[in-house]
Amino acid sequence: MAEATIDNPAVADGDEGGVRRRDFIEIAAVSFGGIGALATLYPLISQMAPSRDVLAESSTEIDVSAIQPGQAVKAVFRKQPLFVRRLTPKEVAEADAVPASSLRDPESLEERTKPGHKDMLITMGVCTHLGCVPLGAGEGEVKGEFGGYFCPCHGSHYDTAARIRKGPAPTNLLVPEYEFTSETTVTVG
Amino acid sequence: MSFPWAKHYQPTNPFMRWMDEKLPLPRFVYNAIGSGYPVPRNLNYWWNFGVLAGFCLVLQIITGVILAMHYAPNALVAFDSTEHIMRDVNWGWMMRYAHANGASAFFVVVYTHIFRGFLFSSYKAPREMIWLLGVVIFLLMMATAFMGYVLPWGQMSFWGAKVITGLFGAIPLVGEPLQVWLLGGFAPDNAALNRFFSLHFLLPFVIAGVVILHIWALHIPGSSNPTGVEVKTESDTVPFHPYYTAKDGFGLAVFLVIYAAFVFFMPNALGHPDNYIPANPLSTPAHIVPEWYFWPFYAILRAFTFDFFFIPAKLLGVLAMFAAILVWFFLPWLDTSPVRSARYRPLLRKFIWFGFVPCMAALFYLGGAPAEEPFVMFSQLAAAYYFAHFLIILPIVSMVEKTKPLPNSITEAVLSKHGDAPAAAE
Repeated sequence: MAEATIDNPAVADGDEGGVRRRDFIEIAAVSFGGIGALATLYPLISQMAPSRDVLAESSTEIDVSAIQPGQAVKAVFRKQPLFVRRLTPKEVAEADAVPASSLRDPESLEERTKPGHKDMLITMGVCTHLGCVPLGAGEGEVKGEFGGYFCPCHGSHYDTAARIRKGPAPTNLLVPEYEFTSETTVTVG
Repeated sequence: MSFPWAKHYQPTNPFMRWMDEKLPLPRFVYNAIGSGYPVPRNLNYWWNFGVLAGFCLVLQIITGVILAMHYAPNALVAFDSTEHIMRDVNWGWMMRYAHANGASAFFVVVYTHIFRGFLFSSYKAPREMIWLLGVVIFLLMMATAFMGYVLPWGQMSFWGAKVITGLFGAIPLVGEPLQVWLLGGFAPDNAALNRFFSLHFLLPFVIAGVVILHIWALHIPGSSNPTGVEVKTESDTVPFHPYYTAKDGFGLAVFLVIYAAFVFFMPNALGHPDNYIPANPLSTPAHIVPEWYFWPFYAILRAFTFDFFFIPAKLLGVLAMFAAILVWFFLPWLDTSPVRSARYRPLLRKFIWFGFVPCMAALFYLGGAPAEEPFVMFSQLAAAYYFAHFLIILPIVSMVEKTKPLPNSITEAVLSKHGDAPAAAE
């Protein structure tokens, strides 16, 4: 085979009017190999995504019956802190007093809670700036200038509806997907 | 270091010209596996296995690095983390099966590559250094494969670790302290598992380093070829690219079909079911053998059941097993024939195909067989023949053999074969 191409390339290549059989073979072989290589990349990349055991831990059940008005608890959701806070009527009033349109991330307290549970504020305890845990959920912690949460890393202040009011954070503390499975039980995730 | 007619790298693209001045890496690749490397025009498919071995190394490193992202080298959780890879990690089963069968594939390819060396006396001058480095690579591969097999921490892992480190215990005086030192304990445990993991991760990169030396040494005389006659003129060679990139590409495709068949349809065909039982230091599996690629050497180890003068059988077996590979280091000087290729050495060719090959087949079979009669006796016969081949048959044959006339050049051999007579069988 080798000497045929050396001595008489035209014959070996099937040169017919400028269209070489070899061009087709080359393009076909390289495309086939390329698609195979790309298909192989998929599992090599996908293996780094959360594994089944991590996904299996992705919902958390919380009993909220013992949380008193003005009190908050820290739970864990997907290995991150979750703030569950029962607002006092005064805190609800403070949140409602602010027109949502004036905020950096306009959202009302209603939109951030479930119907009939306006005093039950459930947010991630992850500052939306760079991911630190804000203060204010624990007993005696600084709550910031707006009485909600305060992130000590870079000075973001959140109000009683956990909305960003001052500081570098771009958005309100995230409200995860959750639902009341009974009057006293919340399933997050 | 290349032939005078080798094509020169001449980048036309301005960026490539700039690159060539600052860091001539494209030039290096061009001269190593591109059009700048003239290769004998008559290489047959035996010559595919070097590239395939390189592919296997890359395959093992990629899948291995991925497995290490999910594996935990701790005796308490190693087995569970292996099952975690199989059940929880996305495509984890595929990564592990690709890696485990990749080891077997690597050995199939490398054994074929080594056998090519025997058949065409690739170890002869001026290529002795390539051969010696190749034997070093093989030894590193064996160490790496052994330590990798320990990591899943199943029954075969544990008892493999115990038995193989026990080999070092056979060395007089220092043996037992050496074994304890290797294991970091009196039996394989967390310390051994951790250091095996560390070394199993390191050694493939050492292998990659020696592979670079192996290829560097190869590019000094250039590739050998099936006639064993050295390249003389330009007409004896073709550029590596596209001629051998295409031929190696085809070989790679065939290899991948077979490899994929194992990974996807019979991933455990070459493994042992006992390794899916967590390691238990108090109970040895009934039939304990290493992975198939160690069987010939395991058969030689077990062939020594008798004390010889003052040397105990245990030490003798260990020495013989290591000697079985170390003897390869001396091949370039044991074989004194001026002719390389077995194609022109009828006597050597007969001894290889009808003596050495059946002997190796027997050793492969016997290494996996139980340690009982008649297997032990056959192991002894086969082991004796194995050493006789290298130490007696090969030196004598290379002295007494009447070789066939060599062609004047590669070109002449190729043209006479394809011009006058129908292609002779290999």
